[in-house]
Amino acid sequence: MSTLLEVNDLRVTFPTRTGLIEAVRGVSFSLGRERLGIVGESGSGKSQTGRAIMGVTPPQAEVTAKTLAFDGIDLLAASPRERRALRGKRIAMILQDPKYSLDPVMSIGRQIVETLRTHEKVSKAEARDRALAMLEAVQIRDPARVFDLHPHEVSGGMGQRAMIAMMLIAGPEMMIADEPTSALDVTVQLDVLGILDRLVSERGMGLIFISHDLRLVSSFCDRVIVMYAGKVVEQLKASELGRAQHPYTRGLLNCMPKIGADRHPLPVLDRKPEWAA
Amino acid sequence: MTAALSVDRLEVVFDRFRALKGVSLEVESGESFGLVGESGSGKSTLLRAIAGLAPAASGTIAVNGKTLGVRRDKAFYREVQMVFQDPYGSLHPRQTVDRLLQEPLAIHGFADGEKRIQRALDEVGLGTGFRFRYSHQLSGGQRQRVAIARALILEPSILLLDEPTSALDASVQAEVLNLLEEIRRRRKLTFLMVSHDLAIITHMCERLMVMQNGEAMENLTADDLVERRVTKDYTRNLLRASEGFVRT
Repeated sequence: MSTLLEVNDLRVTFPTRTGLIEAVRGVSFSLGRERLGIVGESGSGKSQTGRAIMGVTPPQAEVTAKTLAFDGIDLLAASPRERRALRGKRIAMILQDPKYSLDPVMSIGRQIVETLRTHEKVSKAEARDRALAMLEAVQIRDPARVFDLHPHEVSGGMGQRAMIAMMLIAGPEMMIADEPTSALDVTVQLDVLGILDRLVSERGMGLIFISHDLRLVSSFCDRVIVMYAGKVVEQLKASELGRAQHPYTRGLLNCMPKIGADRHPLPVLDRKPEWAA
Repeated sequence: MTAALSVDRLEVVFDRFRALKGVSLEVESGESFGLVGESGSGKSTLLRAIAGLAPAASGTIAVNGKTLGVRRDKAFYREVQMVFQDPYGSLHPRQTVDRLLQEPLAIHGFADGEKRIQRALDEVGLGTGFRFRYSHQLSGGQRQRVAIARALILEPSILLLDEPTSALDASVQAEVLNLLEEIRRRRKLTFLMVSHDLAIITHMCERLMVMQNGEAMENLTADDLVERRVTKDYTRNLLRASEGFVRT
């Protein structure tokens, strides 16, 4: 399997008044055309890992790595111009809440067309046709109507579909999805995941799925990386999650209430300082 | 025995939109009752209507057999307290934990504030070290503990819980759920709990009601859910969704 993304010893450091905070502390992994899940709790550095790969880390933070290469391109050595050309075209990112990550004063259709025309030379009419086709591909029933709607006029599930359409229209090779379904209802969640799953496998993309929900990730991804305090504590096949070795992974799996399991009180995580070492 | 909480054909209307369409509900004293449904199903509106935060257009709400008027009196809030979903939004950003906990005591004219604050903080497992902190100095789980302490400080008999753990990490969620269960056992409280997560509701509650579009779909016991004895397709969908993603 060809490697799409190579990450070796990635570190993201934020300067604060009280000193340097290392949000990501030496993360290494590689990604082919597969679905990779990154799981961890708030503050584990999972989102910052995704942002560093995308190149949208806040300007005050420092990103270093031995290797951070996408398809042979050294991302840290690339000029802002080169990275801009990659972003949206070859690497796309879906964010958590469509309410905040879509432009509120632009119709959904215009936002999709904007992405396409930034990266490809196409006529307005063709761009519109392709945007409509893309909206249809994410199972929006009446694409022509939704094209002219503004983000506040659609539901969360519909907004997230529009975001997926926007991200996929330029035909990226890799997609980073940062909690793409956490803001959605459970029933809508599955629809959106189904759409994402189909499009990713049809197009043979590499997917990085960032989430706090270990169970959801393991049912969706091929491989799972578990992060704790900025580090990878365990990497394993999603199908082998039941055989996780690290006490943190096992604790995370264990502490969720399950239907039919009568456990009172629930087991809680006993955090050991050496996990973060 | 009269029910601790009884809601009869409650309607809530916002600008001609019927958020609740004649919902009835009975919760026995000491029972833990769950409300499940997706966003817009009216589960939070029902809770807010009971607390007096949403206007009831018609129908009645009774607590311990006493029917409530439009304005809730002080005695009501000593019986019924609420814990909100977002611990980042429900604590005053410029008040210390101590000041936050004094507010309900001052309103209700309690003299032994000092002792009560200490006891409430101990009870939620925070200890007095947190007493003079601001909410931004606390983690999400600690904030939710403060919110629970604030609800408990008046020693209510009924606690309304609106998605108390959905903003928390899974491991912190387990801690808060354990805390709530322990408090309920110790104080013999009645819970009315809203969640979109069936697993949490079956873990915490004996009985539950599934809601959709402002209507009660069905009433179930937790055992019914475990045994999959459900009659409505909507509930089945929720059950399936709670099992995670299945590739087709």
